[in-house]
Amino acid sequence: MCVAFALVAVTACRQDMQDQPRYKPLAASDFFKDGASARPLVADTVARGQARLDSLLYTGKVDGVVVDQFPFPVTQAVLDRGQERFDIFCSPCHGPLGDGDGMVVRRGFRRPPSYHIDRLRDAPVGHFFDVMTNGFGAMQDYRAQVPVRDRWAIAAYIRALQLSQHATMADVPPAGRATLGRPASSGQESQR
Amino acid sequence: MSQIFTKNANTLARASLVAVVLAGGVFGWLIVAVPRSDYITRVDVPRPQPVPFSHKHHAGGMGIDCRYCHTTVETSGFANIPPTKTCMNCHSQLFTNAALLEPVRASFRNDTPLAWTRVHDLPDFVYFDHSIHVSKGVGCATCHGRVDQMPLMYKENTLQMEWCINCHRHPEEFLRPRDQVFNMQYQPPANQIELGRRLVKEYNVAGVQQITSCSTCHR
Repeated sequence: MCVAFALVAVTACRQDMQDQPRYKPLAASDFFKDGASARPLVADTVARGQARLDSLLYTGKVDGVVVDQFPFPVTQAVLDRGQERFDIFCSPCHGPLGDGDGMVVRRGFRRPPSYHIDRLRDAPVGHFFDVMTNGFGAMQDYRAQVPVRDRWAIAAYIRALQLSQHATMADVPPAGRATLGRPASSGQESQR
Repeated sequence: MSQIFTKNANTLARASLVAVVLAGGVFGWLIVAVPRSDYITRVDVPRPQPVPFSHKHHAGGMGIDCRYCHTTVETSGFANIPPTKTCMNCHSQLFTNAALLEPVRASFRNDTPLAWTRVHDLPDFVYFDHSIHVSKGVGCATCHGRVDQMPLMYKENTLQMEWCINCHRHPEEFLRPRDQVFNMQYQPPANQIELGRRLVKEYNVAGVQQITSCSTCHR
């Protein structure tokens, strides 16, 4: 009787609910020629609300010239976001300080220039946005991985990094000067 | 006329009583244990992949953040499997002659995606969204385990309903501060319950009644 019941129970097992005839993200498809269910945009189409008319915001250039201004105000929140995104996407090669000493570089990737050389300290901020958007030298573009506003936030944080490496004692508020030189565990850098 | 039943038939009859109970027990145990076995849930079983990608090397050794590749985990239900281009960000220069990576280079050359085998595959009748869990303070490692210590990807947890609902009933036992969600080395503090209760309030986690409702996940 047990065996009979087990047989009935087993034959009742079907996977139709488990594997429904619909696509999950990035699933394979035998309907389209390239075997992918996710479809690329048809060439020269623009999705509703995604026309990229603001040249400053989307290219970092105005009339083809790289600009030295941000398309939106840089606030503390923007800088915090920039720091977080920089640590995710940029620090593997550029290092947490931006001196080009990241882990991937230590494993043999071509070393990028430090952000703290004169050429890059003098470069307009749109230059950094442009490099993130289109790549530069050995660096691939990051337009697919980092959304537009995050790229600007990272550019703002790069500016902050550049300032941090050329700061003088006069830049430190008097109240904070006494704590300089102490171990960094409770220093200002770890406070976000 | 001789007896139909010999004397030891009594023993057989008694033994059959015990046997029925035992068989029932074994059958019941099978029903409970088989669906939870690694054979069915595939917990701890690495799956064959086109390239033996090591999270241990990339996330652990290199210290690359989860979001470098899984870019949409904070904003979408799907955490995203990176396109081959993301691999080539580094492997255009690193290990360019490694035979192991030939499928990656071929994929990039021919513009054909790598066909990874899905390791965490929920049944289609379950609704799951990564972004809400991340934004409420559920760490990656809480569900996926120490991915940074996995040379090959495997499931750490069953993803079965009884496992999901254990956290939905007691979220305060598992939540962590948002800035620690992607930290693989995070250890819960000694006052986890106290911290968890505070985070449940601070992050506006829906009440247990609501997040254990059937239609939260079966919609």
